[in-house]
Amino acid sequence: MKKTHIVILIFIAAAIAVLVSFTGNLTTYETVASARQKEGKFVRLIAKVDKTRPIEYDPAKDPNYMSFTAIDTLGNTTKVIFRNSKPPDFEKSERLVLNGKMQNGLFECKDMLMKCPSKYKDDPNVMKKNLTITD
Amino acid sequence: MNYIGEHIFPGQLGHFLTILAFVASLIASIAYFKTTNAKTIDETASWKRLARVAFMIECFAVFAVFITIFYIISTHKFEYSYAWNHSSLALNPGYLFACIWEAQEGSFLLWTIWHCVLGLILMFRAGKWEAPVMTVISFAQVCLATMILGLYVGHAKLGINPFMLVRQLEVMQNAPIFSRPDYLSIPMMRDGQGLNQLLQNYWMVIHPPVLFLGFASTIVPFAYAIAGLWKKEYTGWTKAALPWTLFSAGILGLGIMMGAAWAYESLTFGGFWAWDPVENASLVPWLVMVAGLHTLVVYNATGHSLRATYLFFIISFFLVLFSTFLTRSGILGDSSVHAFVENDMNFQLISLMAVFLVPSLILFFSRYKAIPHIVKEESSYSREFWMFIGALVLFLAALVISWQTSFTPIYNKLAGKSTAAPEDPEFAYNKIQVFVAVVLGILTAIGQYLRYKDTPRAVFVKKVGIPTVVALVLSLLISLLGDIHYHKHGPGFLAAVHLAIFASVYAIVANAVYIWTGMNGKIKNAGGSVAHLGFGLMLLGILISSANKDLLSKNNGILLPFAPESKQDPTENLTLIKGMRTDMGKYWATYQNKDSTGQHGNITYFKIDFENKKSGDKFTLYPNFIKATKGQEGVSGNPDSRHYWDKDVFVSVSATSFDNVNDTAQFRKYNVKLKDTVFYSGGYMILNNVSINPAGTKHHINPSDTLIVADIAVFSADSMHYRATPAIFWKGTDSRFIFDTVFAQNLSVGFTSVNKDTHAFELQVKESAAMVPYVALKAYEFPHINLLWLGTVIMVTGFGIGLRRRYMLARSLKPSRHTAVVENQS
Repeated sequence: MKKTHIVILIFIAAAIAVLVSFTGNLTTYETVASARQKEGKFVRLIAKVDKTRPIEYDPAKDPNYMSFTAIDTLGNTTKVIFRNSKPPDFEKSERLVLNGKMQNGLFECKDMLMKCPSKYKDDPNVMKKNLTITD
Repeated sequence: MNYIGEHIFPGQLGHFLTILAFVASLIASIAYFKTTNAKTIDETASWKRLARVAFMIECFAVFAVFITIFYIISTHKFEYSYAWNHSSLALNPGYLFACIWEAQEGSFLLWTIWHCVLGLILMFRAGKWEAPVMTVISFAQVCLATMILGLYVGHAKLGINPFMLVRQLEVMQNAPIFSRPDYLSIPMMRDGQGLNQLLQNYWMVIHPPVLFLGFASTIVPFAYAIAGLWKKEYTGWTKAALPWTLFSAGILGLGIMMGAAWAYESLTFGGFWAWDPVENASLVPWLVMVAGLHTLVVYNATGHSLRATYLFFIISFFLVLFSTFLTRSGILGDSSVHAFVENDMNFQLISLMAVFLVPSLILFFSRYKAIPHIVKEESSYSREFWMFIGALVLFLAALVISWQTSFTPIYNKLAGKSTAAPEDPEFAYNKIQVFVAVVLGILTAIGQYLRYKDTPRAVFVKKVGIPTVVALVLSLLISLLGDIHYHKHGPGFLAAVHLAIFASVYAIVANAVYIWTGMNGKIKNAGGSVAHLGFGLMLLGILISSANKDLLSKNNGILLPFAPESKQDPTENLTLIKGMRTDMGKYWATYQNKDSTGQHGNITYFKIDFENKKSGDKFTLYPNFIKATKGQEGVSGNPDSRHYWDKDVFVSVSATSFDNVNDTAQFRKYNVKLKDTVFYSGGYMILNNVSINPAGTKHHINPSDTLIVADIAVFSADSMHYRATPAIFWKGTDSRFIFDTVFAQNLSVGFTSVNKDTHAFELQVKESAAMVPYVALKAYEFPHINLLWLGTVIMVTGFGIGLRRRYMLARSLKPSRHTAVVENQS
């Protein structure tokens, strides 16, 4: 066996080990209900802002505390605490991926990914809405 | 219906031109294919003539399409979906190009244009390789043209037509406004939706063209490799392809790093690299291209590694197509901040990958045995052996990154699962790639001290000795004195970071020394060493700036008496009250004032003075807030930065006090009962509760004191929620009122009397303009980031030097009439 082959085999074995361990660290996308069942475990909650409930953020008092209510597609809601500044265009977001943990009935959000109509103009529904509201 | 004021002609012309481009590239592909397989000289010549004319017509059509789109956007023809969706009247003309890149169609168009430019060069420079190489490129042009064709084949839609009118869009069918012939006069149609604020940045004007030139250029080495397999001339193309490979690796590398610079400067993404799937998708083809570059050099020098070269070039090009699929199919929707939203082009994108990958792999494996290779093994003291190992590491690193990037979205799609990236996705990449950096750094350092075939042990040890010792000393100094405090992921990872610092310093020192000792300082021959030196600097810059990134605006919770619970980790935002000098880590920061400018008064600059506590160095930063375009209330900010040679200080504003004009600062009295509502100009408040000496209050209460606290919930019109807790404090016989403020609403709320008989309470509310002007901001210090940018420039320069030299060599090898005569004479 050539030493190149040995090196290749070692590298491939290392790569496989790395990938298996990566797969073990994966998290999951959850709804409010399923996140509640996994209390204390880091999950990614897919939801949107419940605009009927208030968004709490007073940067003069604490620029690192924001809370709001998230509602998922099944209609379940949870209060979310986000210890950072309110992201720009937060109210306009159509969809949120909230990364964090459910703790004591609250969702402690570490960071979030927003899908905004301004950012994702290719989304047809948003475009239609923009035009039909005007008339 | 006849619509008033529409300009239909540019769109019809544009659509005709896209169809022309499609047809011409199809003819060019067929004609070049026929040229390649032609038997006689006459046949070759006539097919080639046709192919060239067709390709040139295609190029003309593609450029004309681009000019037409530019015309539509720059003259604000908002009846077109492209202009309406991606631009606006207020847009700075400098960003018109960015509007074109913002859409999927525009980036496909950019890619096609670069193929045209590369194709035109190859047409006249590739010599006997023109026909097969141009067959591949013309075919790619056919595929890309389908992406902007927007034709229906049966029920399936082929591509997106960039010249659609807004009213022709599928989702707009039956939208009521289009029942009016004068719909263009409606305000909503008289201005566009504008360009995403984040893209209004000079990097966004220049970075996509460079990146797409990088993507487009990966086709050239691929096409040469396919040409070699197809013509069964397995070895003849390697010297001609080398300058192209250097070009591709250099430009793609530059494009990726320009994207990193944009991410860094806009700060929105938390640094220059976040292992976002879209970033990875551009990095991975580069890694494989660089692997292919090294095996190609090995083959040209020794005859080893040709099979690997073929595979690397095929895979590198495939990965460009794969990244196109990942970023445009919408499959990354939940895992990337950059990806496009899903559209109905998935089938087309998958076909694009398959149509190149499947035939290439069949060709490669069916001819595998015929590809020349050397049976005798490389010596362990040969340069080619370690270059091959390095290429292998690059390739495997690329595969691992690809897997980590695309496993969860593809697995979810296929298996219907809902897996997602690990909790700390960046660390999942870093903990592996730090070891890749170690291996690559060391290989880069020692590689050039080895000779091809074999190196006498003594010579190698003697030559590599000095740089090794110097690198050890320097990296120890950095490790000991450089304040590397990256403890977040434990001692194991920190040790790996120190090891990687050594490897990168080793790469820098060894290559710098080699330029003088090995190359006698002849820079024009030292492209490889220069590129490796730049690569080493990049690694060092990445390691130090990531490991030592400092949050200046650390908020340790001292300022948070109102927060429901304090958190262990310091949080990122710090509030500066106007005029108040505030402690910000290594600096004193003072918010001075703000100033609105811009064409529409839509940009507000905040003047913030900084003073270095240690050196007393003073400077002023002006981060800003931009009011979003039309129809959007939101704001987005641009950070400002102070650049030093050894660090950058970044500040970005996350929130600020509002400007109200109603400064009729009078307290109004309200007599309310529990659960009563009081309205103010910006919303309303509800008296929820009144309690005596409540537990957990922030006030210090002696046993003889009485504290009555009103708990008031404030709801603003923008659906924000605040809490105010004014109080009455009896200290013995002294009573005083403790007012509470809701800064964000410019409210001051007082609780001034209690009527025990009627259970009524007196509240006093004052609204005033900008009661306490403040900004909440984030500030970061990135040390030694300039090493990364300097390294990038040096690395790309190295590619350029290598390209020039290899191009000269490849030219001098071409048999010209002159050399033939000389040969005859000798």
